Amino acid sequence: MAFVLSEAHERELAEILSRYPNKMAACIPVLHLCQSANENWVSTEVIQFVSERLELSPAHVKGVVTFYSLFNQHPPGKHQVWVCRTLSCALRGSDEILAHCERKLGVSVGHTTADGRFTLRTAECLASCGTAPMMQIDKTHYEGLTPEKVDQILAGLAKD
Amino acid sequence: MLKRTDYLTKNYGRADGWGLQAYEANGGYRPVRRALSMSREAVVEEAKKAHVRGRGGAGFDCGTKWSFMPKPNGKPHYLVINADEGEPGTFKDRTIMEQNPHSVIEGCIIGCYAIGAHVCYIYVRDELHLSKARLWGAIREARAKGYLGNTPFGNNYPVEIYVHTGAGAYICGEETALLNSLEGRRGEPRLKPPFPAQAGAFGMPTTVNNVETVAIMPTAFQLGGDAFSRLSDLHAWNDGGVRLFGVSGHVRKPGIYECAVGLTLRELIYDLGGGIEGDRPMLGVIPGGSSCPVHLPDEIINVPNNPKFEPYNGKSILDLPLGVDTFRSVGSMLGTCCAIVLSDAADPVIALSNLMRFYKHESCGQCTPCREGCGWLERLFDKVIEGTATMNEVDQVSEIASNITGNTICAFGDGAAQPALAFIRKYRKNFEDYVENRGRSQTGKLTL
Repeated sequence: MAFVLSEAHERELAEILSRYPNKMAACIPVLHLCQSANENWVSTEVIQFVSERLELSPAHVKGVVTFYSLFNQHPPGKHQVWVCRTLSCALRGSDEILAHCERKLGVSVGHTTADGRFTLRTAECLASCGTAPMMQIDKTHYEGLTPEKVDQILAGLAKD
Repeated sequence: MLKRTDYLTKNYGRADGWGLQAYEANGGYRPVRRALSMSREAVVEEAKKAHVRGRGGAGFDCGTKWSFMPKPNGKPHYLVINADEGEPGTFKDRTIMEQNPHSVIEGCIIGCYAIGAHVCYIYVRDELHLSKARLWGAIREARAKGYLGNTPFGNNYPVEIYVHTGAGAYICGEETALLNSLEGRRGEPRLKPPFPAQAGAFGMPTTVNNVETVAIMPTAFQLGGDAFSRLSDLHAWNDGGVRLFGVSGHVRKPGIYECAVGLTLRELIYDLGGGIEGDRPMLGVIPGGSSCPVHLPDEIINVPNNPKFEPYNGKSILDLPLGVDTFRSVGSMLGTCCAIVLSDAADPVIALSNLMRFYKHESCGQCTPCREGCGWLERLFDKVIEGTATMNEVDQVSEIASNITGNTICAFGDGAAQPALAFIRKYRKNFEDYVENRGRSQTGKLTL
């Protein structure tokens, strides 16, 4: 089925295009827009849509999608959990936080829970080294984590 | 010398401290009015006097960079702000964007005027959602007041600022990769020349500045370039003003501290950072982001034949003022001024393995020495930790790392090789222990 944007999203797309001297420059912001309108992933239909609207080849758009780690090429869970594991976080216990998340969610890194609620991932440095260890869930940074805090955060998100 | 300041950080932590009202209450948006009343050349000269060394890691003088832009001849010029903060250990730019976004906007207007640009893109990594929201909010507030648009502050010099997002790639912090990403391409670095000042964004003359570099410019114009530069202990080294220092890892009070340039690592770690947790001995410190070489606490400064080093020779590296040229002269790198501190509880082999995994993950894959070399190094350290590596393989680290250095399009390869070379040189014994004991080591972990 062809991918289409809602009227509100179409207005947003037009506003994005107005910021740049050419259409190609809108590629990444428009992919973000479409991904968020497509249950957080970039399907073949999305690539087709973006390439037509921005007058780019589908190969160019696919090349961009596969280069950047935040474009999902498969549907993720409802909430995406990124646990930072780079040095500053690792020095303050990110391994324990990650292992705790794996136990709690019952999935290993890179996988989605059976109920489709959470996808667990690792991240490289998310610029929160002073409040390590940290994780990002969807658009929120959770900092200064302990296993108990992680339990509360995940329990809160499991309900909504 | 430790001199705390609060030019950028006055409103940190205050409710609504990021808003326009709080910013203007502290004299915000007055320096830009002064700058716009000057000639473009005078603005560049004033910036040069401030000796603001690029805060993104390379330490290039901002005013000088602005002076490289050609005279406007009808082609559009662009100012691009690098807010792709992601160097492990570095978390200073995020605090500015979240807690003082108007300083970025004001700095961008000054920068646009100085280089003849009418459009500025702030390239923020996508993960920093609050930073993006605060910057967009600041842009809306500034536009509503008439500070942006066709006639900022009543001057006939149109300026528009847009936030542009990446999509998760550390390499886009490299300025030419960032430009490719801004243009809607894969974020692969470009060959230089042409330099961005000749052909940057969309093939037009472009200046790329770090967030903190532009955010501090209003302060420089408020105080006057020379007076600003003299706040620094390293004014004589052309390294002026104040900057944000970060400290993370095994210290009691990790965080961001604004101080005059010239702070030492000892002051950052012990006076500001509260010392090492549990009063343990220090294993080492990485001075400014993971691409800088690690230092042992007992390293002694020895730079002969340089009169400027007379006061420092014979002292500990921890007592050398943190400056672009002071650290370059001892074969190190200042980087982003955000130090990672390791106590003796941390295993240096695991620390390096952690960093190599990062570089392997983030290599863009364009140049063979970096793409393959980072992978070799990562796998080699995996073997060391598993206990299946030989001494011969440990010896190969220097060879692999040296073959990356200087053989790639951008500096990422050097940034990956540098920590490997430093760790293996300074903690050689730990690596040998791993090989001899087949993967068993004294601590085997990073945490306290």
